Amino acid sequence: MIRFILIQNRAGKTRLAKWYMQFDDDEKQKLIEEVHAVVTVRDAKHTNFVEFRNFKIIYRRYAGLYFCICVDVTDNNLAYLEGIHNFVEVLNEYFHNVCELDLVFNFYKVRTLRGYFCPVRFPNDFVNTLFRQQEQRRTKGK
Amino acid sequence: MPAVSKGDGMRGLAVFISDIRNCKSKEAEIKRINKELANIRSKFKGDKALDGYSKKKYVCKLLFIFLLGHDIDFGHMEAVNLLSSNKYTEKQIGYLFISVLVNSNSELIRLINNAIKNDLSSRNPTFMCLALHCIANVGSREMAEAFASEIPRILVAGDTMDSVKQSAALCLLRLYKTSPDLVLMGEWTSRVVHLLNDQHMGVVTAAISLITCLSQKNPDEFKTCVSLAVSRLSRIVSSASTDLQDYTYYFVPAPWLSCKLLRLLQCYPPPEDGAVKGRLVECLETILNKAQEPPKSKKVQHSNAKNAILFEAISLIIHYDSEPNLLVRACNQLGQFLQHRETNLRYLALESMCTLASSEFSHEAVKTHIETVINALKTERDVSVRQRAADLLYAMCDRSNAKQIVAEMLSYLETADYSIREEMVLKVAILAEKYAIDYSWYVDTILNLIRIAGDYVSEEVWYRVIQIVINRDDVQGYAAKTVFEALQAPACHENMVKVGGYILGEFGNLIAGDPRSSPLVQFNLLHSKFHLCSVPTRALLLSAYIKFINLFPETKATIQEVLRCDSQIRNSDVELQQRAVEYLKLSSIASTDVLATVLEEMPPFPERESSILAKLKKKKGPGAVSVTELEDSKREGGELNGGGDRGPDTAAMAASNTSTPSPSADLLGIRSAAPVGAAPSSAGSLLVDVFSEAGPTAPSAAVNDDGFLSSAPPSEDPAPPLSEADELLNKFVCKNNGVLFENQLLQIGIKSEYRQNLGRMYLFYGNKTSVQFASFTTTVSCPGELQSQLNVQTKPVEPLVEGGAQIQQVLNIECLSDFSEAPLLNIKFRYGGALQNLTLKLPVTINKFFQPTEMSSHDFFQRWKQLSQPQQEAQKIFKANHSMDTEVLKAKLLGLGTALLDNVDPNPENYVCAGVIQTKSQQVGCLLRLEPNAQAQMYRLTLRCSKDSVSRRLCELLAQQF
Repeated sequence: MIRFILIQNRAGKTRLAKWYMQFDDDEKQKLIEEVHAVVTVRDAKHTNFVEFRNFKIIYRRYAGLYFCICVDVTDNNLAYLEGIHNFVEVLNEYFHNVCELDLVFNFYKVRTLRGYFCPVRFPNDFVNTLFRQQEQRRTKGK
Repeated sequence: MPAVSKGDGMRGLAVFISDIRNCKSKEAEIKRINKELANIRSKFKGDKALDGYSKKKYVCKLLFIFLLGHDIDFGHMEAVNLLSSNKYTEKQIGYLFISVLVNSNSELIRLINNAIKNDLSSRNPTFMCLALHCIANVGSREMAEAFASEIPRILVAGDTMDSVKQSAALCLLRLYKTSPDLVLMGEWTSRVVHLLNDQHMGVVTAAISLITCLSQKNPDEFKTCVSLAVSRLSRIVSSASTDLQDYTYYFVPAPWLSCKLLRLLQCYPPPEDGAVKGRLVECLETILNKAQEPPKSKKVQHSNAKNAILFEAISLIIHYDSEPNLLVRACNQLGQFLQHRETNLRYLALESMCTLASSEFSHEAVKTHIETVINALKTERDVSVRQRAADLLYAMCDRSNAKQIVAEMLSYLETADYSIREEMVLKVAILAEKYAIDYSWYVDTILNLIRIAGDYVSEEVWYRVIQIVINRDDVQGYAAKTVFEALQAPACHENMVKVGGYILGEFGNLIAGDPRSSPLVQFNLLHSKFHLCSVPTRALLLSAYIKFINLFPETKATIQEVLRCDSQIRNSDVELQQRAVEYLKLSSIASTDVLATVLEEMPPFPERESSILAKLKKKKGPGAVSVTELEDSKREGGELNGGGDRGPDTAAMAASNTSTPSPSADLLGIRSAAPVGAAPSSAGSLLVDVFSEAGPTAPSAAVNDDGFLSSAPPSEDPAPPLSEADELLNKFVCKNNGVLFENQLLQIGIKSEYRQNLGRMYLFYGNKTSVQFASFTTTVSCPGELQSQLNVQTKPVEPLVEGGAQIQQVLNIECLSDFSEAPLLNIKFRYGGALQNLTLKLPVTINKFFQPTEMSSHDFFQRWKQLSQPQQEAQKIFKANHSMDTEVLKAKLLGLGTALLDNVDPNPENYVCAGVIQTKSQQVGCLLRLEPNAQAQMYRLTLRCSKDSVSRRLCELLAQQF
């Protein structure tokens, strides 16, 4: 089960945070800092998995951005790792070569796309339909 | 600023975000935000009605400000207004704002719920999805109350769009997690399970998350999902990489769905239906086969997706733990991964193998990879991979490879990451103890452990080595020699000083013969460390010194000198000062004899759970596989079974302080003094010394055709009954149920019932330790002439009694004729390698076969007179041993089995009883009269029976009862 999702840049600025557990604001801030500290010291030779408190973090780095998912220790590491990649592909397709600024300026869109982060439902056709719907709306909206 | 010209982009928003990003300081940012907030407020309050676009833009700005970490106290109403817009982008921003800034304002909640309701019934799938997402994101109890009953309907309705079904399933899952009481599946259960058959893969994927969660809570209601999941999985696994089109991820068909199906199956035991099981095994084999096929793509995404399924399949195989073939194949596959160039795979293979090691089918297969794992421990760059390697070594360790593994772990400790040292130390200590064949190796290992990683050696570890040395006299000399050598090092860890002080204080005499370790040398060595140590260690050393005075009288003067010096006797620490004063006094006043008694060698520690094991359990949580596995093999091994969980320091002091009670007595361990007398005289065999000479062999028991053990003839050498056996027997004359016997290892409970000349007795043998009893046998025998008087039949019991478990044995008893001896119950078992042999008397007494007889006063005295031959009467006058209270006496007489007759005896103080003893050969009528004399605290008991031997026996039995 996913506990939280964080997208941070190398400097530790949060680009997306989604919590699936109850934390108060101080605790959230602490978690964000801890995750940043744990993840940024690791290099390419390390695994994409880190034990974190009673959970584990599955993360992947894309350019300057770290995509981190905190899940239960019994969860399937590789499935979540590819879930991250899948999400990034979705972002990439949506923003046409996504970069960090896209996430900043389109935070409200990323939040909608976030639904396709976890492998719960992610099939390409669904994303496609979504794009199509939004595309249509865009043209109608004009 | 990047181009924001994508149709629904909001220019004003982009400008605002750019401005914020360009702010040089926090103050500038706050200034810009306040300016914007004022602007938005004026727009919202203005007379001019805002159009949807502006409203959306301003609400979105507010959201951005909130996400930057500033409080937002307005705009909620405008966001709610957006919900009723017909434009997707406006509605979406409205819902987003609501989801992020939930307000418990009841007025708004009503409006929001209303908007959600409208959207749910709008039949517009996009709007429905937005509404469902909002419910799921908020996930509050209020939301659950309002919509929990509506969503299952949407989920299973035939006309719901696939995209809406997916959202509905996930929304329901969220509500179930927050308010399970409000989500009642009941009537929907079967239709939800059948979503596994849905044509749309997205719906299946979403539904399976919901079903998995529900199955974990109510496995029975959802168990039909197993066969559906298997057939779905089978279809995916056997499909070609292109069959599923959009659901194929880098040539792997539906990887996430496959993982989820495999995970759902892990909520259940293997399918009972043979066909389903066959199909599933086929799937698992296919998955294992695919791992061997050449990759369809060089991309890491391909291999990751494929291996995600593989690892999930291996989890399922391990979960079933019933298919040796699959387990071994899984192990071989993981073995290949151990050398893979992908760090992720090496890590996961180590992790997965750890669980495989605990399965009996694959343990040996795992062991073959030992060299690779040791290599991983030494060479992996990532500490978490090394940690997994250490875990795996621990899991695969057994007697055959213990020395190698312990040596490798010890050498790894020198460079190990600080974060895992303590756990490593515990693991090494446990393995060393568990698989120690010779104890000198064990002592060496632990001392090495202290030398290498002293800071990480917790108290439990060094307590344990002392417990074991105390309990094993064959290792004491070696231990003394080794600690003496270890202490020679110029810098040695304080824990080493503790162990050294304790062991030399107890067993220094064993090496004192060598002039290089003469008493004075030992003392000087210990004392050279004294000043560098902390207070508790110094206190321990002081106790070691007083023990030295006892062991080596020649050191007395030197030690007294040390104790007398100001730094001890006037130490600012109360504990040290008190010890110095008391020890000094003790050594000067007490005679050698007294000193020898007070400072006697520590008695062995009683066996309890290993304190280290308890510590590891606490660290890892009770569920840790490795720990339970460890306990199992500990029972098998069971060699090192001395030891307890109290600190040896306090225990050591117990012996030395019994004569000097003081206010800080319990600090010095007075409380632990009790075990001195009660403690066993040799390790782990509490009874062995008492009985071992007596019972070398089990009485041979003849097995009848019907599988019952008849009561065997007395063997040549039965262990003699316990001295208290008669006393135990007497406890049961007037009662049928209770605890017959109890010691530190074993408890025996009894329940029995009798009818006429037949009886049935249930014996309950409870293992009070945490260690298994092996070769547990019980034999019931009827010595001497009892053989012809009583027939006892029983079935043999299970030879293994697990720690903490209880087993039951039924005895069928038939009384052939009257008898006066009691049958013997012999119990033999191995506890930690030592044979326990124990014989008790079974509380089967003649009175158990009483049938009460009611009769009138007239009849009673008539029969009384009839039984007038002198042999038929037995009489005893005796002093009361127990309360003479009327009710107590009545209860006892009724428990005896006779009828208590009222208004028979002319003296109302007296009790009379009548009954018939039923034996197979004859019936014996018995009359009883008990005359208490409260003043003298005496009784007169008279029995008249038709058979003289019965009178005598009953009289004997009853005289003990009052």
